[in-house]
Amino acid sequence: MKKTIIYSVLTVTALGFAAPIIIIAYNSFKGRLYITDELFALPNDTSFAGLSNYIGGIEAVGFWSALKYSLFITVMSVAVIVLFTSMSAWYIVRAGSRSTKLIYYAFAFSIIVPFQMVMYPLSKTANVLNLDNPLGIVIIYLGFGAGLSVFLYCGFIRSIPYEIEEAAYIDGCSPIQTYFRVVFPVLRPTAVTVAILNTMWIWNDYLLPYLLIGNEYKTIPVAVQYLKGGYGSIDYGYMMAVLVLAVIPIIVFYLTCQKYIVKGVIAGAVKG
Amino acid sequence: MNRSLKKYFPVFLLPTLLAFVISFVIPFAVGIYLSFCEFKVITKTEFVGFSNYIEAFTNSDFVNALWFTVKFTAVSVITVNILAFTFAMMLTRGLKGTNFYRTVLFMPNLIGGIVLGYIWQMIINGILYPFQQTLYSSADYGFWGMVILTNWQLVGYMMIIYIAAIQNIPGNMIEAAKVDGASSVQILRNVTVPMVSPAFTICLFLTLTNSFKMFDQNLALTAGQPGKETAMLALDIFNTFYSRIGYAGVGQAKAVVFFIIVALIAGTQLWLSRRKYEAEV
Repeated sequence: MKKTIIYSVLTVTALGFAAPIIIIAYNSFKGRLYITDELFALPNDTSFAGLSNYIGGIEAVGFWSALKYSLFITVMSVAVIVLFTSMSAWYIVRAGSRSTKLIYYAFAFSIIVPFQMVMYPLSKTANVLNLDNPLGIVIIYLGFGAGLSVFLYCGFIRSIPYEIEEAAYIDGCSPIQTYFRVVFPVLRPTAVTVAILNTMWIWNDYLLPYLLIGNEYKTIPVAVQYLKGGYGSIDYGYMMAVLVLAVIPIIVFYLTCQKYIVKGVIAGAVKG
Repeated sequence: MNRSLKKYFPVFLLPTLLAFVISFVIPFAVGIYLSFCEFKVITKTEFVGFSNYIEAFTNSDFVNALWFTVKFTAVSVITVNILAFTFAMMLTRGLKGTNFYRTVLFMPNLIGGIVLGYIWQMIINGILYPFQQTLYSSADYGFWGMVILTNWQLVGYMMIIYIAAIQNIPGNMIEAAKVDGASSVQILRNVTVPMVSPAFTICLFLTLTNSFKMFDQNLALTAGQPGKETAMLALDIFNTFYSRIGYAGVGQAKAVVFFIIVALIAGTQLWLSRRKYEAEV
């Protein structure tokens, strides 16, 4: 009896949670007028529009190029962040001097600062330094993402016994060899967490790419917003198709890496 | 610990540090300075003391946005955490299919704010259509739309943290309580809730800062309409910077106030969790 109640509550909730995506998905195959007038009706003979929304939507926002830039920026930034911030964190913990402690606190402090605080001066700085292109934005992501990543790595590195590294030094390894052969492989679980958290952030980020490179290079979130901004009145058919296309990569990513994502977001919950 | 490490500073720390200085340290310092400046022309600024701050607080847009944000945050924090904890309790009883429900409930959290906002704009407009209303007809629609959207996005996330905390409770504690004849309500009140209290702190503050700083969802769902009635703080700051020329100083002053509020929230969290930790040790 109690079980049935729990199952019905859970099933209704799960349906409610999936409903928005399902509704968007079948509406992407309906003609524009049928979307505004009868959103909840399934497509039928008169309202079915085939793939025309997809063809028009992809063209209107330049979806393939947006996908390309989103992939490039996310993959590059995440790779750079995973590597460089782990090296920095190891140096901070192992050098253990007053200056590295100060740097550590500066990184930790940056976690709580909202983007709006630095948004305006940052876009000016990026302009001056010619970082307003898909490659330059990778450097900005490294700098702005360093706080949380260094923080997570440092927490883990402090728990690694120093003896392993000492043994490597005695065997004649330089710090660089020691780091890549001994330390970095041990950091793998945290590296996965850092990669997941930064992927979720950078893939979905809107403001930074909009302000820095939005005119020339549109990422997916910028392209979705552009569909509204560029036209005045939205073509709802295009919008539905573009929303579906924007959600698909996320669902694929989620279903393939679910275990790591769940672990990652729990580990990253310190951030706030 | 290791002296010879010092000469490896350029390899290990310098690249990240340079990027950090460019994208955080300099903009942060410049940001504080600009909040005390008036922009004559784009390249020329003049020091004006606190007048930007005075203008920010006498500006009704900013005060409205602050009030709207506080109301929205309060409602979201309560609803998200009640729902998340309830679902977490249901999904930690070892029922079949737990994984499936967890997967579905968590999924919206991965969708970015802009996409999320437009999905809900479509859905809510579809619901309002038969009543000849839209999201822009009344600020109440925008407010509750934001609350629903935020719940959709954050309930699964918080639920996962609660589930992890509940699963960490040693099974024999609950067994012992049962042997002593505790009812399930008593177990909930005297075992489960105290044992997951660190997770409560984390989730409360996570929803608090997430809701308070919300921007993308707000921009996509209502963009502040009708008028500027549903604009939250982050959106009002953005509009001050970019939709009026010469107001960057005021925008920056608003951003500093925004930062101070967020920092106070984070400081409170740190203080609370430290105090609890010390009380336990």
